[in-house]
Amino acid sequence: MTVLAITEHRRGELRDVSYEVITAGRELADELGGELHLGVISGDVDSFADDLNRDGVDAIHTVDHGEEFNHDVYAQAIPQLYEASGADVLLMPNTVNGLDYAPAVADDLDLPLVTDAIALDGGDTTEVTREQYGGKVETTYDVEADQYALTVRPAEWPQAEGDGDAEVGAVDVDIDEDAIGSEVTGFEEVGGGDVDITEADVLVSIGRGIEEEENLVLVEELAETLGATLSSSRPIVDNGWLPKNRQVGQSGKVVTPDVYIAIGISGAVQHVAGMKGADTIVAINTDPNAPIYDLADYGIVDDLFDVVPELIEEFGGEAPNL
Amino acid sequence: MKILVTVKEVAEVEDEFQISGLDVDESYLEYDLNEWDDYAVEEAVQTSEENDDVEVVTVTIGPERSEETIRMALAKGADRAIRVWDDSLAGADYLSVEAKAELLAAVAEEEEPDLIFSGVQAADDSNGATGVALANKLDMEWAAVVNTLDLDIEGGVAHVHRELEGGIEELTDVQTPAVLTIQSGINEPRYASLRGIRQAQQKPLDVQELGDLGLDESTLESDVSRTSMYEPESESDATLWEGSPEETAGELADFLRDKGVVEG
Repeated sequence: MTVLAITEHRRGELRDVSYEVITAGRELADELGGELHLGVISGDVDSFADDLNRDGVDAIHTVDHGEEFNHDVYAQAIPQLYEASGADVLLMPNTVNGLDYAPAVADDLDLPLVTDAIALDGGDTTEVTREQYGGKVETTYDVEADQYALTVRPAEWPQAEGDGDAEVGAVDVDIDEDAIGSEVTGFEEVGGGDVDITEADVLVSIGRGIEEEENLVLVEELAETLGATLSSSRPIVDNGWLPKNRQVGQSGKVVTPDVYIAIGISGAVQHVAGMKGADTIVAINTDPNAPIYDLADYGIVDDLFDVVPELIEEFGGEAPNL
Repeated sequence: MKILVTVKEVAEVEDEFQISGLDVDESYLEYDLNEWDDYAVEEAVQTSEENDDVEVVTVTIGPERSEETIRMALAKGADRAIRVWDDSLAGADYLSVEAKAELLAAVAEEEEPDLIFSGVQAADDSNGATGVALANKLDMEWAAVVNTLDLDIEGGVAHVHRELEGGIEELTDVQTPAVLTIQSGINEPRYASLRGIRQAQQKPLDVQELGDLGLDESTLESDVSRTSMYEPESESDATLWEGSPEETAGELADFLRDKGVVEG
Protein backbone atom coordinates (compact mmCIF):
# COMPACT_ATOMS: atom_id res chain seq x y z
CA MET A 1 0.00 0.00 0.00
CA THR A 2 1.33 3.40 -0.91
CA VAL A 3 0.05 6.70 0.40
CA LEU A 4 0.53 9.69 -1.89
CA ALA A 5 0.29 12.98 -0.01
CA ILE A 6 -0.01 16.26 -1.90
CA THR A 7 1.86 19.25 -0.49
CA GLU A 8 0.90 22.90 -0.67
CA HIS A 9 2.73 26.17 -1.19
CA ARG A 10 1.85 29.78 -1.76
CA ARG A 11 3.86 32.70 -3.06
CA GLY A 12 7.08 30.73 -3.02
CA GLU A 13 6.73 29.19 0.42
CA LEU A 14 5.62 25.78 1.56
CA ARG A 15 2.66 25.97 3.89
CA ASP A 16 2.70 24.28 7.30
CA VAL A 17 0.09 21.78 6.19
CA SER A 18 2.69 20.29 3.82
CA TYR A 19 4.66 19.03 6.81
CA GLU A 20 1.46 17.91 8.53
CA VAL A 21 0.40 15.70 5.64
CA ILE A 22 3.77 13.98 5.96
CA THR A 23 2.97 13.06 9.56
CA ALA A 24 -0.61 11.99 8.78
CA GLY A 25 0.53 10.10 5.68
CA ARG A 26 3.37 8.35 7.49
CA GLU A 27 1.07 7.20 10.29
CA LEU A 28 -1.44 5.86 7.81
CA ALA A 29 1.24 4.22 5.66
CA ASP A 30 2.63 2.50 8.77
CA GLU A 31 -0.80 1.20 9.72
CA LEU A 32 -1.39 -0.02 6.18
CA GLY A 33 2.13 -1.37 5.86
CA GLY A 34 3.34 0.73 2.98
CA GLU A 35 5.28 3.66 1.67
CA LEU A 36 4.71 7.38 1.85
CA HIS A 37 5.19 9.35 -1.33
CA LEU A 38 4.80 13.10 -1.72
CA GLY A 39 3.60 15.10 -4.68
CA VAL A 40 5.01 18.61 -5.21
CA ILE A 41 3.43 20.54 -8.03
CA SER A 42 4.39 23.97 -9.42
CA GLY A 43 6.73 26.59 -8.01
CA ASP A 44 10.37 25.96 -7.17
CA VAL A 45 9.81 22.23 -6.90
CA ASP A 46 13.46 21.29 -6.36
CA SER A 47 13.86 23.59 -3.40
CA PHE A 48 10.48 22.49 -2.02
CA ALA A 49 11.52 18.85 -2.38
CA ASP A 50 14.70 19.58 -0.35
CA ASP A 51 12.62 21.04 2.47
CA LEU A 52 10.08 18.24 2.35
CA ASN A 53 12.65 15.49 2.44
CA ARG A 54 11.97 14.66 6.06
CA ASP A 55 12.04 11.56 8.16
CA GLY A 56 9.55 8.96 6.99
CA VAL A 57 9.16 10.07 3.39
CA ASP A 58 10.03 7.33 0.88
CA ALA A 59 9.74 9.21 -2.39
CA ILE A 60 9.02 12.73 -3.64
CA HIS A 61 7.56 13.29 -7.08
CA THR A 62 7.92 16.77 -8.52
CA VAL A 63 5.96 18.36 -11.33
CA ASP A 64 7.60 21.50 -12.63
CA HIS A 65 4.76 23.46 -14.17
CA GLY A 66 3.95 27.11 -13.47
CA GLU A 67 4.76 29.14 -10.40
CA GLU A 68 1.55 29.25 -8.43
CA PHE A 69 -1.28 26.91 -7.66
CA ASN A 70 -3.67 26.39 -10.55
CA HIS A 71 -6.39 23.85 -9.93
CA ASP A 72 -6.52 22.80 -13.57
CA VAL A 73 -2.84 21.89 -13.45
CA TYR A 74 -3.26 20.07 -10.14
CA ALA A 75 -6.37 18.29 -11.37
CA GLN A 76 -4.45 16.98 -14.37
CA ALA A 77 -1.16 16.25 -12.63
CA ILE A 78 -2.37 14.44 -9.51
CA PRO A 79 -4.15 11.54 -11.26
CA GLN A 80 -0.99 10.98 -13.29
CA LEU A 81 1.17 11.09 -10.15
CA TYR A 82 -1.24 8.71 -8.47
CA GLU A 83 -0.92 6.22 -11.30
CA ALA A 84 2.85 6.69 -11.68
CA SER A 85 3.53 6.20 -7.97
CA GLY A 86 1.30 3.16 -7.74
CA ALA A 87 -0.51 4.83 -4.86
CA ASP A 88 -3.60 3.42 -3.18
CA VAL A 89 -4.45 6.27 -0.84
CA LEU A 90 -4.47 9.88 -1.93
CA LEU A 91 -4.05 12.32 0.94
CA MET A 92 -4.69 16.03 0.36
CA PRO A 93 -4.87 19.09 2.60
CA ASN A 94 -8.36 20.26 3.58
CA THR A 95 -7.39 23.82 2.77
CA VAL A 96 -9.06 26.32 0.48
CA ASN A 97 -6.84 25.15 -2.35
CA GLY A 98 -7.16 21.49 -1.39
CA LEU A 99 -10.91 21.80 -1.68
CA ASP A 100 -10.40 23.47 -5.05
CA TYR A 101 -8.99 20.28 -6.60
CA ALA A 102 -9.50 17.27 -4.30
CA PRO A 103 -13.15 16.59 -5.23
CA ALA A 104 -12.33 16.82 -8.95
CA VAL A 105 -9.32 14.54 -8.65
CA ALA A 106 -11.23 11.97 -6.59
CA ASP A 107 -14.00 12.06 -9.17
CA ASP A 108 -11.58 11.61 -12.06
CA LEU A 109 -9.92 8.66 -10.34
CA ASP A 110 -13.29 7.29 -9.26
CA LEU A 111 -12.12 7.20 -5.65
CA PRO A 112 -14.44 7.57 -2.67
CA LEU A 113 -13.64 10.85 -0.93
CA VAL A 114 -13.85 11.72 2.74
CA THR A 115 -12.99 15.31 3.58
CA ASP A 116 -11.78 17.16 6.65
CA ALA A 117 -10.45 14.18 8.60
CA ILE A 118 -9.28 14.92 12.13
CA ALA A 119 -8.06 11.37 12.82
CA LEU A 120 -7.27 8.33 10.70
CA ASP A 121 -7.06 4.70 11.66
CA GLY A 122 -5.80 2.49 8.87
CA GLY A 123 -6.73 -1.15 8.64
CA ASP A 124 -8.72 -3.52 6.48
CA THR A 125 -11.25 -0.76 6.46
CA THR A 126 -9.79 2.64 7.19
CA GLU A 127 -11.69 4.58 9.82
CA VAL A 128 -11.91 8.33 9.38
CA THR A 129 -12.98 10.65 12.17
CA ARG A 130 -14.73 13.89 11.27
CA GLU A 131 -16.70 16.60 12.98
CA GLN A 132 -20.28 17.37 12.18
CA TYR A 133 -22.90 19.96 13.13
CA GLY A 134 -20.28 22.63 13.61
CA GLY A 135 -18.13 20.50 15.91
CA LYS A 136 -20.89 19.48 18.30
CA VAL A 137 -20.43 15.82 17.45
CA GLU A 138 -17.74 13.62 16.04
CA THR A 139 -18.47 10.91 13.55
CA THR A 140 -16.52 7.96 12.24
CA TYR A 141 -16.70 6.69 8.70
CA ASP A 142 -15.47 3.35 7.43
CA VAL A 143 -13.94 3.34 4.00
CA GLU A 144 -14.38 -0.10 2.52
CA ALA A 145 -12.31 0.33 -0.58
CA ASP A 146 -8.74 -0.55 -1.45
CA GLN A 147 -8.22 2.83 -2.99
CA TYR A 148 -9.61 6.09 -1.66
CA ALA A 149 -9.03 9.81 -1.26
CA LEU A 150 -8.93 11.82 1.94
CA THR A 151 -8.46 15.42 2.89
CA VAL A 152 -7.01 16.16 6.30
CA ARG A 153 -7.72 19.19 8.45
CA PRO A 154 -4.78 21.56 8.93
CA ALA A 155 -3.14 21.76 12.36
CA GLU A 156 -4.48 18.37 13.51
CA TRP A 157 -1.22 16.51 12.99
CA PRO A 158 2.22 17.73 14.09
CA GLN A 159 4.65 18.86 11.44
CA ALA A 160 7.18 16.26 10.35
CA GLU A 161 10.77 16.93 11.30
CA GLY A 162 14.11 15.22 10.88
CA ASP A 163 16.10 14.76 7.69
CA GLY A 164 14.90 12.11 5.32
CA ASP A 165 16.49 10.15 2.53
CA ALA A 166 13.60 10.06 0.11
CA GLU A 167 14.19 9.44 -3.53
CA VAL A 168 13.40 12.67 -5.37
CA GLY A 169 12.39 12.52 -9.00
CA ALA A 170 10.75 14.76 -11.56
CA VAL A 171 7.67 13.28 -13.15
CA ASP A 172 6.90 14.25 -16.68
CA VAL A 173 3.17 14.65 -16.64
CA ASP A 174 1.13 15.49 -19.67
CA ILE A 175 -0.69 18.77 -19.12
CA ASP A 176 -3.27 19.71 -21.73
CA GLU A 177 -2.98 23.49 -21.87
CA ASP A 178 -6.29 23.78 -23.72
CA ALA A 179 -8.03 22.23 -20.74
CA ILE A 180 -6.83 24.99 -18.43
CA GLY A 181 -9.85 27.21 -18.07
CA SER A 182 -8.81 29.18 -15.04
CA GLU A 183 -5.99 31.58 -14.48
CA VAL A 184 -4.69 33.05 -11.26
CA THR A 185 -4.04 36.71 -11.96
CA GLY A 186 -2.80 37.90 -8.59
CA PHE A 187 -3.24 38.12 -4.86
CA GLU A 188 -4.67 40.76 -2.61
CA GLU A 189 -4.21 41.31 1.09
CA VAL A 190 -7.50 42.17 2.71
CA GLY A 191 -8.39 44.41 5.55
CA GLY A 192 -5.58 46.85 6.22
CA GLY A 193 -7.74 49.49 7.81
CA ASP A 194 -7.37 51.66 10.84
CA VAL A 195 -6.74 49.06 13.50
CA ASP A 196 -4.28 46.21 13.61
CA ILE A 197 -5.79 43.62 15.93
CA THR A 198 -2.61 41.56 15.76
CA GLU A 199 -0.85 44.28 17.77
CA ALA A 200 -3.42 44.45 20.57
CA ASP A 201 -2.58 43.25 24.09
CA VAL A 202 -6.20 42.80 25.06
CA LEU A 203 -8.95 41.82 22.63
CA VAL A 204 -12.64 41.86 23.33
CA SER A 205 -13.93 39.56 20.62
CA ILE A 206 -17.56 39.16 19.72
CA GLY A 207 -19.41 36.43 17.84
CA ARG A 208 -22.83 35.39 16.67
CA GLY A 209 -24.17 35.60 20.24
CA ILE A 210 -24.51 39.38 19.91
CA GLU A 211 -27.54 38.65 17.71
CA GLU A 212 -28.15 42.11 16.26
CA GLU A 213 -25.97 44.88 14.91
CA GLU A 214 -27.58 47.36 17.31
CA ASN A 215 -26.25 45.31 20.22
CA LEU A 216 -22.64 45.91 19.19
CA VAL A 217 -22.60 49.11 21.24
CA LEU A 218 -22.52 46.90 24.30
CA VAL A 219 -19.18 45.29 23.46
CA GLU A 220 -17.85 48.54 22.01
CA GLU A 221 -18.49 50.12 25.39
CA LEU A 222 -16.82 47.20 27.15
CA ALA A 223 -13.75 47.43 24.90
CA GLU A 224 -13.54 51.16 25.54
CA THR A 225 -13.93 50.73 29.28
CA LEU A 226 -11.18 48.13 29.35
CA GLY A 227 -8.93 49.99 26.94
CA ALA A 228 -9.09 46.91 24.77
CA THR A 229 -9.43 46.44 21.02
CA LEU A 230 -12.60 45.03 19.49
CA SER A 231 -12.33 42.00 17.24
CA SER A 232 -14.81 39.40 16.07
CA SER A 233 -15.49 36.01 14.62
CA ARG A 234 -16.53 35.53 11.05
CA PRO A 235 -20.33 35.96 11.15
CA ILE A 236 -20.00 39.53 12.42
CA VAL A 237 -17.81 40.47 9.46
CA ASP A 238 -19.99 38.50 7.03
CA ASN A 239 -22.94 40.55 8.23
CA GLY A 240 -21.02 43.72 7.54
CA TRP A 241 -21.23 44.80 11.19
CA LEU A 242 -17.46 45.12 11.52
CA PRO A 243 -14.80 45.52 8.82
CA LYS A 244 -12.75 42.57 7.63
CA ASN A 245 -9.64 43.76 9.46
CA ARG A 246 -11.35 42.89 12.76
CA GLN A 247 -11.85 39.23 11.90
CA VAL A 248 -9.94 36.64 13.91
CA GLY A 249 -9.59 33.21 12.34
CA GLN A 250 -8.33 31.03 9.57
CA SER A 251 -9.41 33.44 6.86
CA GLY A 252 -8.87 36.49 9.05
CA LYS A 253 -6.05 37.46 11.37
CA VAL A 254 -4.00 35.30 13.68
CA VAL A 255 -3.77 37.11 17.01
CA THR A 256 -1.64 36.55 20.10
CA PRO A 257 -2.85 38.99 22.76
CA ASP A 258 -2.18 38.66 26.48
CA VAL A 259 -5.91 38.38 27.12
CA TYR A 260 -8.59 37.32 24.65
CA ILE A 261 -12.16 37.73 25.89
CA ALA A 262 -14.39 35.66 23.61
CA ILE A 263 -17.99 36.79 24.00
CA GLY A 264 -20.81 34.89 22.34
CA ILE A 265 -18.29 32.91 20.30
CA SER A 266 -18.83 29.17 20.05
CA GLY A 267 -15.27 28.43 18.96
CA ALA A 268 -15.56 26.83 15.54
CA VAL A 269 -12.27 25.40 14.36
CA GLN A 270 -11.81 28.19 11.81
CA HIS A 271 -12.01 30.77 14.56
CA VAL A 272 -9.82 28.84 16.96
CA ALA A 273 -7.08 28.74 14.31
CA GLY A 274 -6.75 32.48 14.72
CA MET A 275 -6.81 32.89 18.51
CA LYS A 276 -5.43 29.80 20.17
CA GLY A 277 -2.09 31.53 20.62
CA ALA A 278 -3.55 34.01 23.09
CA ASP A 279 -1.87 33.92 26.48
CA THR A 280 -5.11 33.83 28.47
CA ILE A 281 -8.52 33.09 27.02
CA VAL A 282 -11.75 34.04 28.77
CA ALA A 283 -15.06 32.83 27.35
CA ILE A 284 -18.56 34.11 28.00
CA ASN A 285 -21.15 31.86 26.38
CA THR A 286 -24.51 30.36 27.29
CA ASP A 287 -23.61 26.90 25.98
CA PRO A 288 -21.36 25.05 28.44
CA ASN A 289 -20.53 22.54 25.68
CA ALA A 290 -19.34 25.17 23.23
CA PRO A 291 -15.91 24.21 21.84
CA ILE A 292 -14.50 27.56 23.04
CA TYR A 293 -14.41 26.09 26.55
CA ASP A 294 -11.94 23.44 25.42
CA LEU A 295 -9.50 26.26 24.90
CA ALA A 296 -10.54 28.78 27.52
CA ASP A 297 -8.63 29.32 30.75
CA TYR A 298 -11.60 30.98 32.41
CA GLY A 299 -15.25 31.00 31.60
CA ILE A 300 -18.64 32.35 32.51
CA VAL A 301 -21.52 30.17 31.34
CA ASP A 302 -24.20 32.81 31.15
CA ASP A 303 -25.98 35.25 28.93
CA LEU A 304 -23.63 37.93 27.64
CA PHE A 305 -26.45 40.47 27.84
CA ASP A 306 -26.53 39.94 31.61
CA VAL A 307 -22.79 39.67 32.28
CA VAL A 308 -21.30 42.33 30.02
CA PRO A 309 -23.31 45.27 31.48
CA GLU A 310 -22.21 44.19 34.98
CA LEU A 311 -18.62 44.06 33.83
CA ILE A 312 -18.81 47.52 32.29
CA GLU A 313 -20.20 48.88 35.54
CA GLU A 314 -17.48 47.11 37.56
CA PHE A 315 -15.02 49.42 35.88
CA GLY A 316 -17.10 52.51 36.24
CA GLY A 317 -18.45 52.55 32.72
CA GLU A 318 -22.04 52.95 31.74
CA ALA A 319 -23.72 50.07 29.96
CA PRO A 320 -25.83 51.22 27.03
CA ASN A 321 -29.54 50.52 27.11
CA LEU A 322 -30.38 47.95 24.46
CA MET B 1 -28.86 32.94 -19.20
CA LYS B 2 -29.66 30.39 -16.55
CA ILE B 3 -28.12 30.06 -13.10
CA LEU B 4 -28.65 26.87 -11.15
CA VAL B 5 -28.22 27.20 -7.39
CA THR B 6 -27.78 24.16 -5.20
CA VAL B 7 -29.80 24.67 -2.05
CA LYS B 8 -29.61 22.41 0.96
CA GLU B 9 -31.81 22.27 3.97
CA VAL B 10 -29.50 21.65 6.90
CA ALA B 11 -30.13 20.47 10.40
CA GLU B 12 -28.97 22.57 13.32
CA VAL B 13 -28.44 20.97 16.71
CA GLU B 14 -29.70 22.54 19.90
CA ASP B 15 -27.23 23.26 22.71
CA GLU B 16 -28.42 20.24 24.66
CA PHE B 17 -29.08 17.13 22.64
CA GLN B 18 -29.00 13.36 22.53
CA ILE B 19 -27.72 11.00 19.92
CA SER B 20 -29.76 8.02 18.93
CA GLY B 21 -28.04 5.56 16.67
CA LEU B 22 -25.93 7.23 14.02
CA ASP B 23 -27.39 10.69 14.25
CA VAL B 24 -28.61 13.32 16.62
CA ASP B 25 -32.09 12.52 17.80
CA GLU B 26 -34.61 14.18 15.51
CA SER B 27 -36.27 16.06 18.39
CA TYR B 28 -33.07 18.10 18.92
CA LEU B 29 -32.78 19.20 15.31
CA GLU B 30 -34.07 22.32 13.66
CA TYR B 31 -34.03 22.75 9.93
CA ASP B 32 -33.03 25.79 7.99
CA LEU B 33 -31.63 26.95 4.68
CA ASN B 34 -27.88 26.28 4.65
CA GLU B 35 -26.15 29.58 5.43
CA TRP B 36 -23.69 29.35 2.51
CA ASP B 37 -26.51 28.51 0.10
CA ASP B 38 -28.34 31.63 1.26
CA TYR B 39 -25.41 33.67 -0.05
CA ALA B 40 -25.39 31.59 -3.25
CA VAL B 41 -29.09 32.30 -3.82
CA GLU B 42 -28.54 36.01 -3.18
CA GLU B 43 -25.62 36.13 -5.62
CA ALA B 44 -27.77 34.50 -8.31
CA VAL B 45 -30.73 36.78 -7.66
CA GLN B 46 -28.51 39.87 -7.74
CA THR B 47 -27.04 38.68 -11.04
CA SER B 48 -30.56 38.27 -12.44
CA GLU B 49 -31.48 41.77 -11.27
CA GLU B 50 -28.41 43.31 -12.87
CA ASN B 51 -28.78 41.55 -16.22
CA ASP B 52 -31.58 40.89 -18.64
CA ASP B 53 -33.05 37.46 -19.16
CA VAL B 54 -31.46 35.58 -16.28
CA GLU B 55 -33.40 32.69 -14.87
CA VAL B 56 -32.53 31.42 -11.40
CA VAL B 57 -33.38 27.80 -10.70
CA THR B 58 -32.71 26.05 -7.41
CA VAL B 59 -32.04 22.37 -6.97
CA THR B 60 -32.35 20.54 -3.67
CA ILE B 61 -31.87 16.95 -2.64
CA GLY B 62 -34.32 16.58 0.19
CA PRO B 63 -37.60 15.25 1.56
CA GLU B 64 -40.93 17.01 1.40
CA ARG B 65 -40.10 18.86 4.62
CA SER B 66 -37.39 20.79 2.75
CA GLU B 67 -40.02 22.52 0.60
CA GLU B 68 -40.33 25.13 3.33
CA THR B 69 -36.68 25.98 2.84
CA ILE B 70 -37.01 25.85 -0.93
CA ARG B 71 -39.96 28.26 -0.81
CA MET B 72 -37.75 30.60 1.20
CA ALA B 73 -35.24 30.64 -1.67
CA LEU B 74 -38.10 31.24 -4.11
CA ALA B 75 -39.37 34.06 -1.90
CA LYS B 76 -35.95 35.67 -2.12
CA GLY B 77 -36.18 35.78 -5.88
CA ALA B 78 -35.40 32.40 -7.44
CA ASP B 79 -37.75 31.69 -10.35
CA ARG B 80 -38.42 28.00 -9.90
CA ALA B 81 -37.18 25.00 -7.98
CA ILE B 82 -36.39 21.34 -8.43
CA ARG B 83 -36.43 18.89 -5.57
CA VAL B 84 -34.91 15.45 -5.96
CA TRP B 85 -36.27 12.73 -3.74
CA ASP B 86 -37.72 9.26 -3.73
CA ASP B 87 -37.97 6.19 -1.54
CA SER B 88 -34.46 5.04 -2.25
CA LEU B 89 -33.08 8.40 -1.15
CA ALA B 90 -35.28 8.33 1.93
CA GLY B 91 -33.85 4.92 2.77
CA ALA B 92 -30.21 5.82 2.28
CA ASP B 93 -28.22 6.04 5.54
CA TYR B 94 -25.53 8.23 4.14
CA LEU B 95 -25.27 10.21 0.97
CA SER B 96 -21.68 10.42 -0.23
CA VAL B 97 -20.14 13.38 -2.02
CA GLU B 98 -20.05 11.29 -5.18
CA ALA B 99 -23.74 10.42 -4.97
CA LYS B 100 -24.80 14.01 -4.31
CA ALA B 101 -22.69 15.27 -7.20
CA GLU B 102 -24.13 12.58 -9.46
CA LEU B 103 -27.71 13.54 -8.60
CA LEU B 104 -27.09 17.25 -9.05
CA ALA B 105 -25.20 16.61 -12.29
CA ALA B 106 -28.20 14.74 -13.69
CA VAL B 107 -30.39 17.76 -12.98
CA ALA B 108 -27.80 20.13 -14.43
CA GLU B 109 -27.60 18.08 -17.60
CA GLU B 110 -31.34 18.55 -18.05
CA GLU B 111 -31.24 22.23 -17.23
CA GLU B 112 -28.05 23.16 -19.06
CA PRO B 113 -27.26 26.18 -16.88
CA ASP B 114 -24.60 28.72 -17.80
CA LEU B 115 -23.53 29.05 -14.19
CA ILE B 116 -23.98 26.98 -11.07
CA PHE B 117 -23.66 28.51 -7.63
CA SER B 118 -23.19 26.24 -4.67
CA GLY B 119 -22.48 27.09 -1.05
CA VAL B 120 -18.87 26.42 -0.01
CA GLN B 121 -20.09 23.85 2.47
CA ALA B 122 -23.15 22.64 4.31
CA ALA B 123 -23.40 23.57 7.97
CA ASP B 124 -24.31 20.03 9.00
CA ASP B 125 -21.86 17.59 7.39
CA SER B 126 -19.31 20.17 6.17
CA ASN B 127 -17.95 18.13 3.30
CA GLY B 128 -17.11 21.22 1.30
CA ALA B 129 -16.74 19.07 -1.78
CA THR B 130 -20.00 18.81 -3.69
CA GLY B 131 -19.59 21.89 -5.90
CA VAL B 132 -16.18 20.98 -7.29
CA ALA B 133 -17.15 17.32 -7.74
CA LEU B 134 -20.26 18.51 -9.60
CA ALA B 135 -18.18 20.74 -11.87
CA ASN B 136 -15.93 17.85 -12.71
CA LYS B 137 -18.82 15.58 -13.55
CA LEU B 138 -20.25 18.23 -15.86
CA ASP B 139 -16.86 18.97 -17.40
CA MET B 140 -17.32 22.59 -16.38
CA GLU B 141 -14.74 24.96 -14.99
CA TRP B 142 -15.01 25.91 -11.34
CA ALA B 143 -13.70 28.05 -8.51
CA ALA B 144 -13.94 27.14 -4.85
CA VAL B 145 -14.49 29.60 -1.98
CA VAL B 146 -15.47 32.64 -4.01
CA ASN B 147 -16.02 35.83 -2.04
CA THR B 148 -16.14 38.36 -4.88
CA LEU B 149 -17.71 37.84 -8.30
CA ASP B 150 -17.46 40.13 -11.28
CA LEU B 151 -19.21 38.44 -14.16
CA ASP B 152 -18.37 39.24 -17.77
CA ILE B 153 -21.26 37.49 -19.48
CA GLU B 154 -20.33 38.43 -23.03
CA GLY B 155 -16.69 37.55 -22.55
CA GLY B 156 -17.61 34.27 -20.91
CA VAL B 157 -15.39 34.94 -17.92
CA ALA B 158 -16.06 35.10 -14.22
CA HIS B 159 -13.50 37.31 -12.48
CA VAL B 160 -13.51 36.00 -8.94
CA HIS B 161 -11.68 36.43 -5.68
CA ARG B 162 -11.08 33.23 -3.78
CA GLU B 163 -10.74 33.66 -0.06
CA LEU B 164 -7.56 31.95 1.04
CA GLU B 165 -6.33 31.48 4.57
CA GLY B 166 -4.70 34.29 6.51
CA GLY B 167 -6.46 37.31 5.03
CA ILE B 168 -5.30 36.77 1.46
CA GLU B 169 -7.49 36.60 -1.60
CA GLU B 170 -6.56 34.97 -4.86
CA LEU B 171 -7.73 36.74 -8.02
CA THR B 172 -8.74 34.21 -10.62
CA ASP B 173 -10.38 34.33 -14.03
CA VAL B 174 -12.62 31.37 -14.74
CA GLN B 175 -14.12 30.55 -18.09
CA THR B 176 -17.85 29.95 -18.07
CA PRO B 177 -19.88 27.80 -17.91
CA ALA B 178 -18.61 27.24 -14.42
CA VAL B 179 -19.50 26.13 -10.94
CA LEU B 180 -18.65 28.68 -8.28
CA THR B 181 -18.75 27.69 -4.63
CA ILE B 182 -19.90 30.74 -2.76
CA GLN B 183 -18.34 31.86 0.52
CA SER B 184 -20.35 33.59 3.21
CA GLY B 185 -19.91 37.35 3.28
CA ILE B 186 -19.85 37.73 -0.54
CA ASN B 187 -23.07 39.76 -0.30
CA GLU B 188 -25.82 40.58 2.12
CA PRO B 189 -28.60 38.02 1.76
CA ARG B 190 -32.00 39.68 1.72
CA TYR B 191 -34.88 38.80 3.94
CA ALA B 192 -37.84 37.38 2.10
CA SER B 193 -40.51 40.05 1.78
CA LEU B 194 -44.13 39.26 2.50
CA ARG B 195 -44.85 39.81 -1.16
CA GLY B 196 -42.01 37.46 -2.05
CA ILE B 197 -43.32 34.81 0.31
CA ARG B 198 -46.78 35.09 -1.27
CA GLN B 199 -45.35 34.89 -4.78
CA ALA B 200 -43.19 31.92 -3.86
CA GLN B 201 -46.28 29.83 -3.29
CA GLN B 202 -47.15 30.22 -6.97
CA LYS B 203 -43.70 29.43 -8.35
CA PRO B 204 -43.04 26.01 -9.88
CA LEU B 205 -41.51 23.39 -7.61
CA ASP B 206 -40.84 20.25 -9.55
CA VAL B 207 -40.14 16.96 -7.77
CA GLN B 208 -37.95 14.46 -9.57
CA GLU B 209 -37.22 10.88 -8.68
CA LEU B 210 -34.03 9.01 -9.52
CA GLY B 211 -35.74 7.34 -12.45
CA ASP B 212 -36.82 10.71 -13.86
CA LEU B 213 -33.16 11.65 -13.96
CA GLY B 214 -32.12 8.47 -15.70
CA LEU B 215 -30.49 7.15 -12.52
CA ASP B 216 -31.13 4.20 -10.27
CA GLU B 217 -30.31 3.11 -6.75
CA SER B 218 -26.77 2.17 -7.72
CA THR B 219 -26.02 5.92 -7.77
CA LEU B 220 -26.42 5.93 -4.00
CA GLU B 221 -24.04 3.06 -3.32
CA SER B 222 -20.85 4.07 -1.61
CA ASP B 223 -17.75 2.48 -0.16
CA VAL B 224 -18.03 4.95 2.68
CA SER B 225 -20.43 4.42 5.56
CA ARG B 226 -21.00 6.25 8.80
CA THR B 227 -20.29 3.95 11.69
CA SER B 228 -20.63 6.07 14.80
CA MET B 229 -21.55 9.45 16.18
CA TYR B 230 -20.69 10.69 19.64
CA GLU B 231 -20.15 13.83 21.62
CA PRO B 232 -16.44 14.58 21.74
CA GLU B 233 -14.95 14.42 25.20
CA SER B 234 -14.50 17.88 26.54
CA GLU B 235 -10.88 18.86 26.86
CA SER B 236 -11.86 21.81 28.94
CA ASP B 237 -9.84 22.62 32.01
CA ALA B 238 -11.22 26.12 32.19
CA THR B 239 -11.94 27.64 35.57
CA LEU B 240 -15.63 28.47 35.46
CA TRP B 241 -16.82 31.36 37.57
CA GLU B 242 -20.26 30.68 38.90
CA GLY B 243 -23.00 32.73 40.43
CA SER B 244 -25.17 35.65 39.43
CA PRO B 245 -24.06 37.85 36.53
CA GLU B 246 -22.95 40.41 39.10
CA GLU B 247 -20.81 37.83 40.89
CA THR B 248 -19.26 36.31 37.78
CA ALA B 249 -18.60 39.74 36.28
CA GLY B 250 -16.95 40.63 39.59
CA GLU B 251 -14.67 37.59 39.37
CA LEU B 252 -13.71 38.47 35.84
CA ALA B 253 -13.12 42.08 36.86
CA ASP B 254 -10.82 40.96 39.67
CA PHE B 255 -8.95 38.75 37.27
CA LEU B 256 -8.50 41.61 34.80
CA ARG B 257 -7.26 43.88 37.60
CA ASP B 258 -4.81 41.22 38.80
CA LYS B 259 -3.64 40.75 35.26
CA GLY B 260 -3.05 44.48 35.01
CA VAL B 261 -5.43 44.86 32.08
CA VAL B 262 -7.33 47.59 33.87
CA GLU B 263 -6.63 49.68 36.88
CA GLY B 264 -9.05 50.30 39.66
